[in-house]
Amino acid sequence: MAIRDRLSGNEATAVAMKQINPDVVAAFPITPSTEIPQYFSTFVADGAVDTEFVAVESEHSAMSACVGAQAAGGRAMTATSANGLALMWEVLYIAASLRLPIVMACVNRTLSGPLNIHNDHSDSMGARDSGWIQLYSENNQEAYDNMLMAHRIAEHPDVMLPIMVCQDGFITSHAVENIELMEDEKVKAFVGEYKPDLHLLRKEAPISVGPLDLPAFCFEHKRQQAEAMRKAKSVILEVAREFARISGRHYGFFEEYRTDDAEVAAVLLNSTAGTAKFAVDRLREQGKKVGLVKLRVFRPFPADEIAAALWKFKAVAVMDKADSFNAAGGPLFTEVASALFVKGAPGPKIVNFIYGIGQRDVKAEDMEFVYNELLNIANTGRVGSVYNYLGVKEEEAVLNGLQS
Amino acid sequence: MSGNSGKKTLKAVPPDVPWRRITRGGIIDSPGNAELFKTGDWRSMKPVWLPEKCTQCLLCYPVCPDTAIPVNEEGKRMDYDYDHCKGCGICAKVCPFDAIDFVEESK
Repeated sequence: MAIRDRLSGNEATAVAMKQINPDVVAAFPITPSTEIPQYFSTFVADGAVDTEFVAVESEHSAMSACVGAQAAGGRAMTATSANGLALMWEVLYIAASLRLPIVMACVNRTLSGPLNIHNDHSDSMGARDSGWIQLYSENNQEAYDNMLMAHRIAEHPDVMLPIMVCQDGFITSHAVENIELMEDEKVKAFVGEYKPDLHLLRKEAPISVGPLDLPAFCFEHKRQQAEAMRKAKSVILEVAREFARISGRHYGFFEEYRTDDAEVAAVLLNSTAGTAKFAVDRLREQGKKVGLVKLRVFRPFPADEIAAALWKFKAVAVMDKADSFNAAGGPLFTEVASALFVKGAPGPKIVNFIYGIGQRDVKAEDMEFVYNELLNIANTGRVGSVYNYLGVKEEEAVLNGLQS
Repeated sequence: MSGNSGKKTLKAVPPDVPWRRITRGGIIDSPGNAELFKTGDWRSMKPVWLPEKCTQCLLCYPVCPDTAIPVNEEGKRMDYDYDHCKGCGICAKVCPFDAIDFVEESK
């Protein structure tokens, strides 16, 4: 029997880590992820886990300690947010290129500056090309489930890449919701033991990790790394199928909500999906054919699958909770648009909404506004403005239509 | 100490190794195979050993970042292995007896 509980997203993540019982956790506190290592350190103090907890002096050191521990054949985990993730930057790339399947909880928060400790996706979106697998979570249940699946994905012999499980800072990290936990033994059996083929403490087969890699071979290693990310796609689905058998909860690259007969759809990540579903339900009551595609896996980017899923719509709004500052749309938008183009999709009309920056509140009415704009585009076939900012204060109300 | 007694065969990474067959993440699974990588052609300055001034104090041997100073079975240093000398000059710097000259490669 599954265990019913009520936990915040941070608590749910810490409980998952307790059940996983990793060899090493190295972490430095930063809002809003602070609670994860805090809860976890109480598990260490209580003897509930066998983990070596390393209270490091910075996030750069946290990720470096994880690299060392993982290279030595251990399971290493950490948690961070925003500028903490930014301080790990250099080592994020090293972890990925050394093919060390470290698992991180990334509690999404706005990167400074201006200094804002609240939620958006600028932190993990900035790390999107660091070579880490990225899973996103709508609520505490998904943050927990994704964490339980993380090691199985990362440590798969075809993959061997680090993974970050993202959730929205404060919105889910600090909000207490009902959750269904799995029994410890079930988690233990599902996650299994980590038995790397090569590691630094195998004295009968000594290795060196992280040597100089000159032009003669570096490209080959990077090509191999790219292949691992490509192969992660099928592993993610395979692990999700196995997880569904023991949990009853189903996960794919993305969730399609009321899209079957929808004319228009929004694409987005994390907690705003809950708001969008509410808006979809309300608009459906008015007979409006709207749907939602909630992306769970951003790295690897399921380009073919997302293009196939969006192909049929007349208009699609891609919602970015981070700006690329490239004058051409947020990161999710540019990748979705690219996927559709490469796949040769004749439609749909596609627009971008940058929203929720610095945790600007996103209400059901905001999502209804987006859907009504999409229906307008679908009816007229005309796109007024491709790149839009939703919910930013303007001199005049812009809720009557998109600014050109 | 130098000498190959008891050493495993060193495996080099072949220059034309395809990406599917190269070790994961650049792991070196043949310890010490740096010996197969000749760094001598990086050199623009070179150390010159003057055996008549050398007291065999062996201060030079441990500071060599590569394996350019061979030491024999009797514990005596021998002349340079220039295949593995990048010309960094640290050995010349530490020598208290001026037994190592440091000169332009062309000379």
